[in-house]
Amino acid sequence: MTRPTTRRLAAAGLAALATVSLAACASSDRSASGGTSSSAAGATGGTMVFGAAGAPKLFDPFYATDGETFRVSRQIFEGLVSFTPGTADVAPGLAKTYDSSPDGLTWTFGLQDGVTFSDGTPFDAAAVCKNFTRMYSQKGAAASEAVSQYWADNFGGFADGAAPSLYKSCDATKASTAVVTLTRVTSKFPAVLGLPSFSMQSPTAMEKYDANTVTANGDSFTYSPYALQHPTGTGPFTFDSFDQANGVITLKRNESYWGDKAKLDSLVFQVIADESARKQALQSGQIDGYDLPSPADWDQLKQAGYDLQVRPAFNVLYLGITQSNNPALADIRVRQALAYAIDRKGLVDQQLPQGAEVAKEFYPSTVAGYSNDVMAYDFDPAKAKALLAEAGASNLTLNFYWPTEVSRPYMPKPSDIFNYMQANLQAVGITVNAVSEPWNGGYLDDVDAKKADLFLLGWTGDYNTPDNFIGTFFGSTSNRFTTGVSSWGQTLADDLKAADSEPDVSTRKADYEALNKSLMADYLPAVPISHSPPAIVVASNITGLVPSPLTDEKFASVSKG
Amino acid sequence: MLRFTVRRVLQLAVVIAVLALLLFAWLRSLPGGPASALCGDRCSEAARAQLQTSLGLDRSLPVQLGSFVGRVVRGDFGTSTGVQPGVSASQIFLDRFPATVELALAAIVLAVVLGVPLGYLSARRRGTWLDNVGVVGSLIGVAVPVFFLAFLLKYVFAVKLGWLPSAGRQAVDINSTTVTGFATLDGLLTGEYDATLDALKHLVLPAVTLATIPFAVVFRITRAAVLDVLDEDYVRTAEAKGLLARTIRSRHVLRNAMLPVVTTIGLQVGALLAGAVLTETVFAYRGLGDALATAFRERDYSVLQVLILAAAIVYVVVNLLVDLSYALIDPRVRTR
Repeated sequence: MTRPTTRRLAAAGLAALATVSLAACASSDRSASGGTSSSAAGATGGTMVFGAAGAPKLFDPFYATDGETFRVSRQIFEGLVSFTPGTADVAPGLAKTYDSSPDGLTWTFGLQDGVTFSDGTPFDAAAVCKNFTRMYSQKGAAASEAVSQYWADNFGGFADGAAPSLYKSCDATKASTAVVTLTRVTSKFPAVLGLPSFSMQSPTAMEKYDANTVTANGDSFTYSPYALQHPTGTGPFTFDSFDQANGVITLKRNESYWGDKAKLDSLVFQVIADESARKQALQSGQIDGYDLPSPADWDQLKQAGYDLQVRPAFNVLYLGITQSNNPALADIRVRQALAYAIDRKGLVDQQLPQGAEVAKEFYPSTVAGYSNDVMAYDFDPAKAKALLAEAGASNLTLNFYWPTEVSRPYMPKPSDIFNYMQANLQAVGITVNAVSEPWNGGYLDDVDAKKADLFLLGWTGDYNTPDNFIGTFFGSTSNRFTTGVSSWGQTLADDLKAADSEPDVSTRKADYEALNKSLMADYLPAVPISHSPPAIVVASNITGLVPSPLTDEKFASVSKG
Repeated sequence: MLRFTVRRVLQLAVVIAVLALLLFAWLRSLPGGPASALCGDRCSEAARAQLQTSLGLDRSLPVQLGSFVGRVVRGDFGTSTGVQPGVSASQIFLDRFPATVELALAAIVLAVVLGVPLGYLSARRRGTWLDNVGVVGSLIGVAVPVFFLAFLLKYVFAVKLGWLPSAGRQAVDINSTTVTGFATLDGLLTGEYDATLDALKHLVLPAVTLATIPFAVVFRITRAAVLDVLDEDYVRTAEAKGLLARTIRSRHVLRNAMLPVVTTIGLQVGALLAGAVLTETVFAYRGLGDALATAFRERDYSVLQVLILAAAIVYVVVNLLVDLSYALIDPRVRTR
C-alpha cells in the first residue's frame, strides 16, 4: 500500500513544483489602464466592440483584398480623397483640393496642412510621392496580380514595364502640393484614390519594418512585420494590438489626429465568424454591433430596439453566361430568352431583402451613365419559349453552377436564388443541370475555367464610376463571359475603354448611356438580376454611425452613450 | 512493459508518416485551393494561374511533396494563406492549441465526472426512476444537434439571463498577461484572478455543449459494463464470501467494468477534437476546431496539414495511453 501512496505524493509534489516554478517566472504585464472597467465607459466615449466575420488578413491595405481588412484599415489610414459619408461621391481627404489638367493626364493635389502620421512623420508631398513610388515599384512576389490585386486591377502594371501602367510619375512640387501624372485619361481618377488599398502610409514606418518584402514560401506568402504588426497611417485611430489567440484587434484613438478626433477611446473588433453567434453576442451585450445581419433577422432586430441601418444598394447580382461553353449561348436570342424566362421581380420580392430592386442594367441608378431607356426584359415565359424556338434551341440543356458556403451582399442566400431561377428556366423548357460547389472549393475556379454555362456572381462597387462595374466586367475580351468569342466582344471592350478615357464629363456620361443601351439590347453578355441593400446593425446606445453604400463606415464619428 | 511501449510508439510513428502522405495527397485533390481563396471573386483567370505558379501549386504532386518534405525536415511547416496569412502554420497551432485543450479537458472531465458515477448508480438501481431519467437524458444528449444546443444555451444563459458570455475565450477588455496561453491557468500564475474567472465563465457553455455527447456515451457504457459485471459469478462469489459491499464495488465491480469505459473515454477524447470544430465555431472559441473550419473554407493547405496531423497525433497518443492503461488495469495485456 505504501508504493502507490508514495507515487501519488511524488506526482503531486512535482505538479506543485511545476506550478510554483511557472508562477515564479510569470508576472502580470497589465498596464495601469488595463482591466475590465476603466476603459469600458470612459467619459470621452468608451470602447466600442464590433463583431467581425473574420480577422483582417493583414494590416497593410495595399496588399489586401478582403472587406474585414479594409474595415480596420479605414479607421487607421486615409487616402488623398475620401467619400462623402453615406454616399459614393468623392470628397476631399488628405488632399483638400484636387484638379486635373485640361488633358486629364496631370492631377494636382493640394494637401491638408498640419497632418502627421501617427509615428510623427510629417504628411507632405514627399510622403505622397514615396507612397506612389512604393506602390508602383513592387517586385517579385509582391508584383503578382493576386498580391497587389487592387493596383493591378486599377493601375495595371509596375515599374518593371511588363504590363502597361496607368501611373506615370509623382512630383512633390511644393511641400503641400503633389502632382501625379497618368499615362492615359481615366474616369476612375481621382475616385480610385479613396480605396483603402491606395491609402497614405508612413514612409518611415514602411522602411523601418520592411513593408515591401513579400516572398513566396512553399505554397504560401510571407509578409513583412509592417503588414502584420506595424500599420501606420494618419487616421483617427491607431493600431494597438492584434490578439490572435482571442481574435481581438484593438485600435486606440489617435490623440494627434489632424481633424475632429474620434469620440471613442478605443475601437475593438472581435472575430465571431458565425453570423448567428454575432447576433447572440449583440443580444447579450457582448458586442455593440456587426455587419451584414441576415435579412431574415432584420425585423426582429429592429423590433428589439437595435439600430439596424440599411445601406443604399451599390451592387449587382447577375446571371453569368459563358458563351464559349455552349454554341446555343452565342445566339443573342437564347440569351434574351434567359432574360425573359427569369421572373426577376418575383425573385426580388420573395428571395431578397426589403429594399432590393430589379436590375435594369449592370449598375445601380446612382452611377453616372445610367439609362432609363434600356431594353427591358419583363417576365414573359411565352416570349422566352418563342425566342428559343426561333433560335432552334427548344431542347436546351444548360449546366447551371451555383456556390455554397458563401453569402455576399448582392447574394445573401445563393441556394434560394438558384432554386427560384431553376424553376423559371425549367418552366420554359430548359433542362437545368445543377452543379453546386463551395465558393473556394471549386466554384470560382470552375467558373473561371469556363466550365459553367450559367453561373451566379455579382459585384459591389468600389467607387462611383461606370467603369468600376461594366469596365471591370467587359473591358477586356478575356473575361468570365467569354465575350472575346463574339464578333462584338472587341468592339465592346474598345468602346468601354474609350468611354473611360473621355475627359469631358457630359460626353462620357452620354457614352455610357449608349453603352448601357447596347449592352442590354445588342450584346446581353449576362443577365443583370438585382441590386440588394446590405445592412449593418448596432446597439441602441451607439450613435453617429453613417452607413455607406461602399461599406466605408468610419467609426470616428461614433459614440457610445 | 518497456517493450510493449516501444512497439506501440514505433507503430504510431508509421501511422503518422502514412497519414501525413495521404493527407498531403488528399488536400491537393480537393477542388479549389489556396489560390482560389487568395484571389477571391475579383481575380482574373490569368491572375489565378499566375498565383498557382508563384506558389508552386502547378507542379506535379511528387515535386510538391518533395518540396514539402524538405521544408518539414528543416522545421518549416509552411505559412498560412487563409487563417492568418503570413503567420507560420506551427505558430497558429501553438496559438490555438491551449484553447482546445482547455475546452476538451473541461468537456471530458464533465463527461467523466458525471457520466461514470451516474452510469454506475443507474446500473445499481436498474429500473428505478433514476435509471430511467439517466437513460432518457443520455439519449437526448446524443440526439440533440450541437448547434441547436449551443443556440439554446446561449439564448438562456447569455441573452436572457446574462449570466455567461456567448462568445470568445475572454472579455475583450480583460487585458490579461499571457504566460502559457491557457487562459484559465495564466490568471492563477500571474495573480490576475479576475482573468481566470473570466476565462472560466467563457468556458462553461462551450464545455457543457461539447460534453453532452461524451457524457451520454460514457454514461451508457458505464451502465452497461457495470450491469454485465454485476451478473458475473465472481461478484456473487464475493458477496457469498461476505466481503464488504464497498470492497466488492471497488475491487470487483468497478475495476472490471472500467476497461470498456476507459476505452470509450479514450475514443471520446479523439472525437472531442471533431466535435470542437462545430462547438468552437458557434461560440467563437478560438481553438484548433475554429482554425480548422476556417482553414478548410479557405483551403489553407499548410494550416490544414499541421492541424489535422496534430489532431491525429493527439488521437493516437491518447489511444496509446489507453492501451498502456489497459496494461496497468489488466496485467494479462502486457504479456500478449
